[in-house]
This record gives sequence, structure tokens and C-alpha cells, in this order.
Amino acid sequence: VKKREIFELKAELNSDKKEKKKEAVKKVIASMTVGKDVSALFPDVVNCMQTDNLELKKLVYLYLMNYAKSQPDMAIMAVNTFVKDCEDPNPLIRALAVRTMGCIRVDKITEYLCEPLRKCLKDEDPYVRKTAAVCVAKLHDINAQLVEDQGFLDTLKDLISDSNPMVVANAVAALSEIAESHPNSNLLDLNPQTINKLLTALNECTEWGQIFILDCLANYTPRDDRESQSICERVTPRLSHANSAVVLSAVKVLMKFMEMLPKDLDYYGTLLKKLAPPLVTLLSAEPELQYVALRNINLIVQKRPEILKHEMKVFFVKYNDPIYVKLEKLDIMIRLASQANIAQVLAELKEYATEVDVDFVRKAVRAIGRCAIKVEQSAERCVSTLLDLIQTKVNYVVQEAIVVIKDIFRKYPNKYESVIATLCENLDSLDEPEARAAMIWIVGEYAERIDNADELLESFLEGFHDESTQVQLQLLTAIVKLFLKKPTETQELVQQVLSLATQDSDNPDLRDRGYIYWRLLSTDPVAAKEVVLAEKPLISEETDLIEPTLLDELICHIGTLASVYHKPPSAFVEGGRGVQHKRLPARAGSGESAESPDVGQAVSAVSDAPPAVIPSQGDLLGDLLNLDLAPPTSNVPPVPSSMQMGAMDLLGGGLDSLVGLQCSSLMVSSVLGGAPVGMPAGLGAAPAVGGGLGDLFDLGGGVGVTAGSYIPPKTVWLPAMKAKGLEISGTFARRSGVIHMDLSFTNKAMSVMTDFAIQFNKNSFGLAPAGPLQVLTPLSPNQTVDVSLPLSTTGPVMKMEPLNNLQVAVKNNIDVFYFSCQYPISLLFVEDGKMDRQVFLATWKDIPSENEAQFQIKDCHLNSDAASNKLQGSNIFTVAKRTVDTQDMLYQSVKLTNGIWMLAELRIQTGNPNSTLSVKCRAPEVSQYVYQCYELILRN
Amino acid sequence: MIGGLFIYNHKGEVLISRVYRDDIGRNAVDAFRVNVIHARQQVRSPVTNIARTSFFHVKRSNIWLAAVTKQNVNAAMVFEFLYKMCDVMAAYFGKISEENIKNNFVLIYELLDEILDFGYPQNSETGALKTFITQQGIKGQTKEEQSQITSQVTGQIGWRREGIKYRRNELFLDVLESVNLLMSPQGQVLSAHVSGRVVMKSYLSGMPECKFGMNDKIVIDKQGKGGAGDDAGKSGKQSIAIDDCTFHQCVRLSKFDSERSISFIPPDGEYELMRYRTTKDIILPFRVIPLVREVGRTKLEVKVVIKSNFKPSLLAQKIEVRIPTPLNTSGVQVICMKGKAKYKASENAIVWKIKRMAGMKESQISAEIELLPTNDKKKWARPPISMNFEVPFAPSGLKVRYLKVFESKLNYSDHDVIKWVRYIGRSGIYETRC
Repeated sequence: VKKREIFELKAELNSDKKEKKKEAVKKVIASMTVGKDVSALFPDVVNCMQTDNLELKKLVYLYLMNYAKSQPDMAIMAVNTFVKDCEDPNPLIRALAVRTMGCIRVDKITEYLCEPLRKCLKDEDPYVRKTAAVCVAKLHDINAQLVEDQGFLDTLKDLISDSNPMVVANAVAALSEIAESHPNSNLLDLNPQTINKLLTALNECTEWGQIFILDCLANYTPRDDRESQSICERVTPRLSHANSAVVLSAVKVLMKFMEMLPKDLDYYGTLLKKLAPPLVTLLSAEPELQYVALRNINLIVQKRPEILKHEMKVFFVKYNDPIYVKLEKLDIMIRLASQANIAQVLAELKEYATEVDVDFVRKAVRAIGRCAIKVEQSAERCVSTLLDLIQTKVNYVVQEAIVVIKDIFRKYPNKYESVIATLCENLDSLDEPEARAAMIWIVGEYAERIDNADELLESFLEGFHDESTQVQLQLLTAIVKLFLKKPTETQELVQQVLSLATQDSDNPDLRDRGYIYWRLLSTDPVAAKEVVLAEKPLISEETDLIEPTLLDELICHIGTLASVYHKPPSAFVEGGRGVQHKRLPARAGSGESAESPDVGQAVSAVSDAPPAVIPSQGDLLGDLLNLDLAPPTSNVPPVPSSMQMGAMDLLGGGLDSLVGLQCSSLMVSSVLGGAPVGMPAGLGAAPAVGGGLGDLFDLGGGVGVTAGSYIPPKTVWLPAMKAKGLEISGTFARRSGVIHMDLSFTNKAMSVMTDFAIQFNKNSFGLAPAGPLQVLTPLSPNQTVDVSLPLSTTGPVMKMEPLNNLQVAVKNNIDVFYFSCQYPISLLFVEDGKMDRQVFLATWKDIPSENEAQFQIKDCHLNSDAASNKLQGSNIFTVAKRTVDTQDMLYQSVKLTNGIWMLAELRIQTGNPNSTLSVKCRAPEVSQYVYQCYELILRN
Repeated sequence: MIGGLFIYNHKGEVLISRVYRDDIGRNAVDAFRVNVIHARQQVRSPVTNIARTSFFHVKRSNIWLAAVTKQNVNAAMVFEFLYKMCDVMAAYFGKISEENIKNNFVLIYELLDEILDFGYPQNSETGALKTFITQQGIKGQTKEEQSQITSQVTGQIGWRREGIKYRRNELFLDVLESVNLLMSPQGQVLSAHVSGRVVMKSYLSGMPECKFGMNDKIVIDKQGKGGAGDDAGKSGKQSIAIDDCTFHQCVRLSKFDSERSISFIPPDGEYELMRYRTTKDIILPFRVIPLVREVGRTKLEVKVVIKSNFKPSLLAQKIEVRIPTPLNTSGVQVICMKGKAKYKASENAIVWKIKRMAGMKESQISAEIELLPTNDKKKWARPPISMNFEVPFAPSGLKVRYLKVFESKLNYSDHDVIKWVRYIGRSGIYETRC
């Protein structure tokens, strides 16, 4: 702002005439709005504050809110007026003062705010009280401690019982917000009485208040299905509200509480029926709201497809829909497609494929392919539709069609190969990696039927290094397939591609895959054929499904941004506010298992038997590790122990980091599967491979380790934020009878780190480093080093809480850092833990029965032999087995490093995923940790 | 909650900027301008995340309204609030335009201070707001007036102020429906639904308690059970099944849920009382019978008959039939019995317009379409024939049975209120395949 302008404004602000003053303040606010700095006028504007004119006062307050922070000392000048205004006979002025004061984030002012706020919270006028309620949240945002010390939280809680519904609503909103930053506080002490008050206020307050209350209700977990039903009954009328946000928040409460209702209950069915019409009605709202609604419906359809299964037509795209609505509708259409409605859906999709918007057209083409895979009866029609579309020669349509046709080939092998010729005609027009990769896969897969397959693939080879990794990998696999099918003519080609992949490429994935093929082919071509041309696993019918635990969490966030982004709040909200994970309540009857949060989560996640999910590329690494890569033990002879040992040695020698493990398993699986979808193939072919490949599969045997003793994945123990840039993650493993602490040190700071050392605090089982920490070379920025530290159990002993807690200090040239971690107690199970039968019997009788603890292991689908094998890998030994009817009882013994014996009985019922574990031990406090190990081992 | 609210003109200049939360900085204003308003391609989503800050936007003519937040807010609520904000502004100064916003920026700030506190939406009913936020500045208020204002703003009936007086108590009910149809060439209904709205204009004194009744099947059946048997059979025919309905916030929803009665204290002036959707027993005002014959490869003969299917005493208006023509059409000759028909090459269609048409009548158009020979193997996709019209009845069959008004404190009764009811049925997407 020019000096002159400021000068003029100053003069006008100090004018005697009220009107002139007001005009001047207006000008100041106008400059402020467009971002001009008018803070120099602070004293002059504040001088105008003392006035009877409410309009002028509001303008001055607006100015104050904007600049007080930058002029804290002068802002104090305003305090007196605020305090005085808080006593004004006019409730509008009292409220205005307390509202504005809360927005001034200056510590000194905050102190003065407490007394007026306390009065306003108890004001006789509801308008002042509802404003004061929000002010507590404001104050908490500035100084949380002050709010607690002053007892404002209790006053706020009292306001939930206020006679005025709007005061209740604002108090609920303020409390919910404050509670978010104290996840464990019992601030929103929701109990049946308060819930009842909230439900009463729900009927009376404004539309916005209803939203606050419903969102708060959604955080409550009813005690039983009865209470859950009665809340649902009182919430359902909200489904007829004109405000879509009220409707969506009500849907959230219902979707959540419905989890608790028994499915055979009549009311459950009624509720499901009641949910569909309001969801359909949301689609007649304004486009922005439609978008929010559709994103949420997408979640609801995944969670409970039955609700909207008959409503396909309402998701048909209208010509005038904005593109974001069109894309979302299309997504939902695919999810709802079924045999009953497929004809209609296909007719629609065909229309869409001729629209203008490229993204939309691509998605429509892809959708046609999904329909083919989902509804077998329609496959033929879909394929012919796709061929029609390829004939249009519109470049992006053709590419998209080829990508989906590849998937159709995977789903229905040997059925539609007649179209290959048409596809090959379009080879030259493909310029997108995904389409090129798909086409190459098709050529490789059906090489024996394509006369000039070698020419086609060779044409891609010329620009090998310019292709994306996806295409390179595919080309490599395709040519190897071709060679195995037509070895005589293509030897040169295969050598060419192998050398391109192994010698001239910087990409480790490509190189490694190349080497594996090379070795396979040179060692035993017959085996290579069996591996590379192995039958491929089926592909799933559904795509892009949200992973079940995330889906459940998102259902708890219906209506919010999380449900729009399809991401948990922690992914886009900074800091700790409101990012604690929400979970759906467990259905009645399975509630008692929720002792530890993890168990509860797992239970609720699997309660509805979620469909298999095709992992997206990013999730693949993680999923591979969790997918039981080792084939079911019953089908495959156990890996010979020598081989397993070999693998351990190999792994011990530096490959032991988890990354290595993931890499090797990924490698092996992609070699076996070879399909671009990247689904891990069964390892079924592995034992067929001759001994010459032993070393290769020793490497792959890294997978076998997971079957032996379970090693949890590394977790971050010490985040870089807390340790001046040093990040430590790790896990524990027991290898050949020695306990190892596997650590990864990552230097996220700017300077080099050296002189690492480690020390443990006294702990329950006397764990101590058996040698010094071997970080030999200095750790440069952005470098990660993996270290395996052998541990002994001869250190000093002190009982920890929890028992398996370990406190660690790590030192480097910068500082000393402390963190604590917990180890699975199975680490301490020794190899000679198999008890004699007779001794077992005697000991079992000898231990008093009050030392016996019983646990439920849920959702473990192993039979008793498989379970026994798995447990033995972690030194839990089966002493005896007894079978009564369909129930197998395993009697097992475990010995800890400190000589404590543990006896267990594991009851497994055929066909029942839940088994019972009884543990007897002279030190009963250990039992629950043993149970945790069982869970961990059996589930993984 | 909402961290800030910005209003921009089409160029991206800020007209209004109000920040509610400390985590929203001044740079947020620029981030939205650069990433959304000035973005090169079309907007792909009404929600944009820029550097962990979420922006919600709506557009009214060429004005952008954007709400900003860094938290996991209720997204549906934010959009509902933005629409409400537009309604409130429109109620104060009419059209939302750059000029009006600039002229009323003090008022807008005052409104924003009132209806959004720390990012939480507060009472935003214009009826209540206008009692204490005015463009003329605040007049001196007595203590009674002040407490009346506050109790109204926070009260259960926040949408209506007390002390409204009319010399003549009057109300208008408009039942506005749009009827949607997709029919096969053989005359089979593939899909049909009506989406309707009941719009009310109320000019009533005091705080009137209203009760609205229509021929809702559930209500009629319930009453039928209590009353005489044959009566129920008779009225049952005239009742309609409503798939779903939503109500203005003045309607007591729990009462509707339990008794299915619609009772409320209405806002003053015009508002939308309810919206509904029906799919059963729809009266289709027009039937379109198409006949398309291909004469060789270069000629099409099209004959379309429309039949009006309602009482002869009623008149339909603004009738328009749109018959698509192939892309390779070279010439069209049209003969119609009524109205005017024209071939519009730019729209690839024959447009046939009829001003008025009574019920139970029939009219016909025939056209000869000359085609250019093409070597395109693909057959013409034959888009459906679409229709537009307006009829003076409700195609869903909805009837207003009563709207009773009770005002116990003032001395006027239900009989003294002058009531008007009007039904308008319009075509939504009304298509017949050929």
C-alpha cells in the first residue's frame, strides 16, 4: 500500500464523523481482503472499537482477528473493550465479543479470556452459550493446558444436557474436536444416558447441529445389539432430510451399527431396505454433492452389495453430468453388474465408448472387459463389442481394448484366440507401455499360433532400452516363452534378449529375471518349460477393491473427506489430530475377543469373508509377504531341512534383510507366473526342478523360512524425527538356535554417521547383545545398512511391563537415542523343548488348575498337522495328538531360555476356523504372550 | 472443520477471504487460484488436495466459492454449506455476481462471521438472519427484541421469525413433476420414473402449525383399515406409492417416520417443502409410435405418431418431438398434420413443435430422408426419439388432499386461509427407441 493511501486512511479513521470513520474502516477491510498490508493502521483501527454502532464494531473485530497475531502488544489495547462487551446487556454483543476474542491468538489476550468465557458458558441467553461452547474449542486450539486447568472441559460436558438444542449441538462439536487431539481421554464420555440426550436434541436442532450429533454418535459403540437397534430406529427418520449431509451422516451411523445386528433379525432386513431409497435420492442433488455421494456409495456397494443391487439404472450416465460424476457412476456400474442386468449395462457401456472425454471412454472400454470377466455368459458379447471398438481405430480405444482383452484371455484361456489376428494388425499403433506390454504378453502366450511371433517380438527388441520396465520385463518373458515353444528358430533371439537384459541394463529386476531365465535354460530346459509355461492362477473377478480393513475404516468415515479420497485420514491430515484408526464394531457374539486391538480388528475384518483383492502395483510387495507364499503344507512335501538350513546360511550372509526376502520371492513368483498381472504363482512346480537348480531355489527358499519360524516384518522402532535423522527399523528372528536382532539403520540426515554402538536395559529374560554392533563403514546420507545382531540371554534380569518389552539405547557420533520395542516371546523357545510324554502327563497334572489359561484362536484354517508343523518351526513341539470325533487335540510343550516349561493343549475342530488353546505354566503371567505367539505363527 | 472461505471472480482475484483456522495460511488463497482456477484443463473434481490442504469449490455463474480445510471434515456438509451460503447471499442481494459481491462485501463478512463460527456452520436460515443482519445497519433494539432474536436464532424453529403479520393469510402449493421414460419401439416401458417437488409459498401470520396430506398409499391404506371396507377399496385406487421422499428441515421427521404424517411450521415466503420419487403406475402423458423403413441404401422413410393420453379437457403445451437423423443425411422432406417441423442439419435431427394439444388426440409426422451413399460398414446406431412437453397435472398421480393451518394464538382459522394448488408435469428424459 502506498504511504499516501495509509496516511489518508489514518486521517479518516481519526475523523470525528461517525460515517466517515465507518467508510474508512470499510476501505481498510477491502484492502485487507485483496492481500494488501494495512497493519500499520492498527492503533487507529482499534481506536474505533469503542462504539455503539454494531456494524462498525464488527468491522473492527474483523480487522483485529487478522492482525492481532502480528501486533501482539498493541492487541492488548483491545482487551478492555472485549471484557466490557462480554458484560453488555445485549446478548448479541456479549456473543460477538466472546466469539471474536477466541479468534485472537495472542497469549496475553488468552489469559484475559478465561473469566469472560466462564461467565458466558453459563449465560442466561442460549445464543451466548452456544457461542461460548465453540469458544472453548478455539481456546483449546491455542492453549490446551489452560482449558484443562480452568475446568472448561467439565462445563462443556455439562452443556450436553442444556435445554437448548443448538447449545447441545455446538458443545458436541467442540467436545468431538477436542477429543480428537486426546485419543485416549474419556472426554466424550458416551454412555446410554448421554446418547439418549443426543438423540433427543437430534430431533430439535438445526440441520448443521444434526450433522455434528450424528457424526458424534458414529463414534459410539453400543453395548449390545438391542441398544444398537434402538439407536438405529431413532436415527432412520433422518434419512428423509433434505440436507444430503444429514442423510449421509445418518447412513454412516446405520452402516456402522448394523454390524452389530444379527443377520437373521427381521429388523436387519428392514434396515437394509430403508437404506437404498435415500442413497438413490442423493443422486438428484447438485453435482458436487452427487460426487461426494457416489464416492461413498462406491464404499457402501463394496461393503454391502445387497443394498443397491437392484438400482443399477440410476447409475446410468446422463449426457449433461460433469465428468467427475460420470467417472464415478461408471465405477459403480461395474461393481453392480451381474448376470441379471448385464445386457443393459453393456448397451450403456457401448454408448459411453463413443463419447468425447478420453478418460471416460477409456474407463468405459475397460469396464466392458471387466464385465466379460465378471459375468461369464456375457464374455462373448463383450469380446465382439471390443472388436467393434478396435475397428474404430481410435488410438486410445484400441490400446485400452487390448489391455482388457489380455485379461479376458487370462480368464478364459483357449476360447477367444481367433481375435489375435485382429489384435496383431494394430501392433504398430500402440504407444502406451501398458498396451504394448499386454500385446507382447499375448504374443508370447500364444506364440505357437502366431506364425510370425518371432518377427513381431523382434521388432520390439530394436528399441529395447527405450521401453519402460514393464515392457522390457514382458518382452523378456515373452521371448523365453517363444523359445521354449519354438526352440529351433528363435535361439538367436533369446540370446539377444538375455544379453540385453543382463548386460546392458541398470534395472536390477530386469537383470535378475534375465539371469534366472538364463540359468534355468542352460541348466535344464525341460524344467524351464515346466516353470515358465506353468498353468497360470485364475484372476479375480473384481478389480480395484479396497482392502477390507481399509474399507471398514472408511465406512466409519462416511461423508467425510476420507471417504471422498478413499484414504484413511492419516494419509492427508497433518499431525495427530483425528487420525486414530476407527473400526467397525464386532457383531454380537464375537465381542469378547477384542482384548487387544489388533485381534479385534482382524476379527471384524474377516467377519464378512471379503472377496480376494488384486493388489495394485504399489501394494504388491507388502501383499506378497502376507500371502502365504509357501503352498499349503498338506499338498507339498516339506522342504528338506538341509535345504532350509542352506537358505538360512545364505540369508544370514547379508541377504537376510527383509528387502532381500521380498525381492527373491517376487523374483521367483514372477518367473513362474510370467503374466503381466503379476499374481504370485503357486510354488507347486518348485520340487520338480532338478538338483542342478538347487542353489537357485535355495534362494527362493527364503520363502521357506516364513514357513519355518515366523519372522514379523521389520517395523520402525525409532523414527528419524526423534533421532536427528537416524531411522532404525527392525525385527527379531531365531536362526539355528541363536536369537538375532535384525536391524536396518537409515541415515536420513545430511551428514555422515559413524561410531555406532548398542546397549540394552535390563529386561525380563536377560537379553543382551552377544557381540558389538557391526556397522563397519560410515553411514552416508540416504544410505541404509542392515545389521544382524546376535543376542544372548545371559544379561541382567529385571521384570518388564509388558513382559516382552526391551529398552534399547543406540549411540552414534551425533548423540545417544533411546527406544523400546517388543519381541515375540517365541524368540525364547529353545530347540530342545520337546518333553517326554510321561513327564508331560505328570507335569500337566502337577500344575494347579488356576494356572491354566484359555484362549480362542480365530480364523485359523489349518488342519492339525499343518498347525503342528508350523508351530514346530518355532520350537513349539507336539508331544501327543488325540482325535475325538472331528476334534483334534494337540498336546504341546515349550521351553523358554530361562528353563521355564510351558504346556499347552490346542483343540482344532475340522471345519471350524476357531480353535481353543489352553496353556498351563508355573509362571502364568507368560501365558498370554505364548498365546500371542500362537496367533502370530498360525495366522502367518 | 472449515478452515477458511474464499470467493474469487473469474480471473481468480479474491473478492472475499475469511480465515477461521490457524492452519490455513494466506498462501492457500493463491494455491487454489493457481491450481484450480488457472488450471489448463477442465476441472476433474470438486474436491482438490493441494499440499495436504483440501479445497472444496462450487461455481455460480463466473464466481468461484472455495472452502479450505486441513482436517478430515464432513465433505457433504461443506458442499451443503456452500450452497446455503449462495442461497443466503442471493436472498440478501440477488444474483451472485462480481459487482454484487463487491458492493456488499461488508454484509458478506458479517454473514460469514455469523453463519460460520470456527468453521462450524451455525443457523443459516435467511428468515432468522434478516432479523438482525441488515444492509441498513442495526436499528436500536429493545431488550425484548434482542432476546427474541437470540431465542429465534438458537431455537427449534430457526427458519421462521416471530411476529409475522399478514392482512390476508394466503398460501400457494405447486406440485412440480418431471416424468422420465425410456420405451422400446414396440411400446414396452423399459424404465419410467417421476421426480417431483412440492414448492410452497406461504404468507401466514404468526407461528402457524401446518399439516400436509396427499394420497400417499401407505397413509390411505392405514386409514382404510380403520374405516369401512369398500371405502378403502375405492380410495386405494387413487393412492400412489412413493419410493422415497425428503423434506425441508421444518418437517418433523420422526413424526413422518412413525405416523407418516407431514407436519411443520413453514418458513415465510417460498421454499421447497418436499421432494419425492415414484416409479409405479405413472401416467405417461404421451405415447410415441415410431416407424422407420429403410428403402434401399440411400433412403429412409420415417413415420412418427404421437398420442396424448389424458383427459380431453386438459391441454398440453410446449410439445417438441426430436427425431434423430443419420449423419449422412443429404436432404429431408417433412409433412406434419399439426404444428411445425424442420430438419436441423447441425443437430442431426428433425424437430417437430406443437404449441398446444388436448388430451386423447393423435397427430402424425412423416418424413423422407435422403442419404448419401457411404462405405462405412457400421450401421447407424439409431438414437432414441425424445420429447418435451408440459401438462397441467401430476403424472405420478399425486393429489394434495389437504393442507391444514392451525394458529392457536392469533384469531384466524383454517377456513380463513386462502389456498391455491397447481400441478405442473414436465418431461424429463422422455425417450422412445426406434
